[in-house]
Amino acid sequence: MQQWTFVIAAYAVTLLGTAAASWQSWRAMCRAEAQAEQLADRA
Amino acid sequence: MHRFANPARFLKIARPLTGWLFWPGLALLLAGSACGLWLTPADYLQGQTVRILYIHVPAAWLGMGGWTGIAIAALMQLVWRHPLAAVAGRAIAAPGALFTAICLATGSIWGRPTWGTWWEWDGRMTSMLVLLFLYLGYIALANASVRQGAGQGGVSTVTAIFGLVGAVNIPIINRSVVWWNSLHQGPSITMRGSSIDMAILWPLGLTLLGFTLWFGAIILMRMRAILAQNKVEARMQRLARG
Repeated sequence: MQQWTFVIAAYAVTLLGTAAASWQSWRAMCRAEAQAEQLADRA
Repeated sequence: MHRFANPARFLKIARPLTGWLFWPGLALLLAGSACGLWLTPADYLQGQTVRILYIHVPAAWLGMGGWTGIAIAALMQLVWRHPLAAVAGRAIAAPGALFTAICLATGSIWGRPTWGTWWEWDGRMTSMLVLLFLYLGYIALANASVRQGAGQGGVSTVTAIFGLVGAVNIPIINRSVVWWNSLHQGPSITMRGSSIDMAILWPLGLTLLGFTLWFGAIILMRMRAILAQNKVEARMQRLARG
C-alpha cells in the first residue's frame, strides 16, 4: 500500500474521534444546561 | 483552590473559558495538521508516514495527561474533599480514554509501513494498552458510583483511589522505551533538546498546543453538563417532595 494511505487513515481516525467528542460534549452540555434553566424558571 | 469549590463561581469562569479554549484550540490543531500534511518535507527514512507524528504525539500526550489529571483530581478529592475534583475526574475519563485509543490506533497504522507489523507486545505499546484498560475500569467504577448516588455527580472514594493508584502506569509508559528493548523509538524530545530536525518538528508545537486547548474545552463542557444534571436532579427531588 502507498504511504499516503496510512497517513490518511491515521488522520481520519483522529478527525473522527475529535469531531465525535466535540459534538457529544457540546450537545450534552447544551441539553443539560437548557433543562436546568427550564426547571429554574418553573420553580 | 477552595475558592472554586463553589459551582456558581466555577461556572462564571468556565462559561467564557469554554469558547476561549475551544475555538483557538480547534484552529491551532487544524492549522498544525494542515502544515504537517502539506508544508513539511518527507523524512529521508520513513518517507510520508512521518506525518502521523503530528497527531500521534498529541494523542499520547492527552492520554497520559488525562490520567495525570484524574490522579490530581483524585488527590484533591481524597485530601481536601474538593467537591469539583470528583466532577473533574469524571469529566476527564471519557476523552482521555478516546485519545489513548487514538494513540494506539495511529501508532498501529504508523507501525505497519515502518516496522512491518501492526502490533508488537513491547513495553511502550503494552503499557499504553494497560492505560486504556485503566480508563475503561475508571469509567465503569465512576458510572457505578454515580448510580449508587456518590456525592453530587462525582465519583466514589474507591474510584478516586483507583485513579490515584493507576497513575503508577504513567512513568512506566514514559520510561518503557529506556527500560526495555522496543521497536518504538527512544525519547526523541527531551529537556536537552530534540533529535528531530526543526524542518519536520515545528508543526508538532501547533498540534500539541491546539489539542491541549481543545481538550481543556471538552473537559469544561463535560463538567458543566455534570453540574447542570446535578442541579436538575436536586430540583426534581425538591419538586417531588412538594
